[in-house]
Amino acid sequence: MSSEAQESRHPQSKTELFMVFTFLALQGFGGVLTVVQRELVERRKWMTKVQFVEEWSVAQVMPGPNVVNLCLMIGGKYFGVAGALAAVGGLICGPLVLVLGLAILFGGVADNAVAQGALKGMGAVAAGLVIATGLKLGTSLPKNPMGLWTAIPFAVISFACVGIFRWPLPWVLLGLGSLACLIAYRALKQLPSRLDAKTRPDQEVS
Amino acid sequence: MGLPLSPQDWFDLFVHFAFLSLMGIGGAITTAPEMHRYLVTEKNWLTDSSFSSSIALAQSAPGPNVLFIALMGWQVGINAGGGLSAGAPAWWLGLLGVVLTMLGIMLPSSILTYKATKWAHVNRDLTSVQAFKSGMAPIVIGLLVSTGWLLSAAHRDFSQDWKIWLVTAVATGVMLRTSIHMMWLIAAGGILGAAGLL
Repeated sequence: MSSEAQESRHPQSKTELFMVFTFLALQGFGGVLTVVQRELVERRKWMTKVQFVEEWSVAQVMPGPNVVNLCLMIGGKYFGVAGALAAVGGLICGPLVLVLGLAILFGGVADNAVAQGALKGMGAVAAGLVIATGLKLGTSLPKNPMGLWTAIPFAVISFACVGIFRWPLPWVLLGLGSLACLIAYRALKQLPSRLDAKTRPDQEVS
Repeated sequence: MGLPLSPQDWFDLFVHFAFLSLMGIGGAITTAPEMHRYLVTEKNWLTDSSFSSSIALAQSAPGPNVLFIALMGWQVGINAGGGLSAGAPAWWLGLLGVVLTMLGIMLPSSILTYKATKWAHVNRDLTSVQAFKSGMAPIVIGLLVSTGWLLSAAHRDFSQDWKIWLVTAVATGVMLRTSIHMMWLIAAGGILGAAGLL
């Protein structure tokens, strides 16, 4: 990974990794992914948008909690198994203590009108943040080897399948995903010149 | 309230979540219906209302959504120990429930993901590995937008919900255009909602 990380910064220690992920997780109202993207890609510049999307693809396709997968991959990239444990530990420990505390205090979600209203408002904002994160990551698509005009329809169709038609995610990932991978495979084969070290997708640094 | 759990029961609880860990493609929440069937209907370890309040509480608190599973494990343990008021023994069982369910849901998928990532890194020059990463990129971007869409489109009555949608749209725009800290946006949404404006 060292060649890839040349131009981007990276965590100095496992303690830093643990602290950063604790910090990210505690800000993650309505999902941690948006915070991870903003902090690690935009602020700390540990990875580029393209790298982030690649890691997220794997985290999404593998079974289990997606954000846990993502964090363990990021941690593992820098410090192996110990790094993966540090990142996931940071992600889980702080919020776990908090959420158990809330469960003990309230025995469940507070069911008065003010709390319900606040949750509704926070949920509406969180939805916007997730949409914006998706659109921002979409700006990495011009670098896709399939070409922008093949990549965009795939993004739109996968949005429609799950968002509008409510098809089950695994089938969309499998069906649409394998078609897209085939097209990408052909595109990469047809453009051998693009396979040299400079423009290889996992080494692009924007 | 609740029946004490035998060691075999605790073991089953762990195994069940370990199994769900490998089933949950697209996130642990996709297996929630199966958790409900097992914990509420089949085993009677949780009531319907504590099942749904676990999900609601975890989603309203900061942190990964997978913590709803920790809350379920906590409830199972507390119920088995005779309720929160039973004191220390019930609390320890609650913690045991947290540890077993969280290890169950995270361990198998994490080991698999870690191994797969290592493999993909070693073989990163293979065209197939690059094709996977490039091909999946637009798909997962589309899925991310649809996740946000589904979160806000849970309400479908325009005359009532236009305000919710407006908040979502404004939040999207602000997040795209500015680098304002997200906590401020979340807090603003919470205040609008608490004031009964949504």
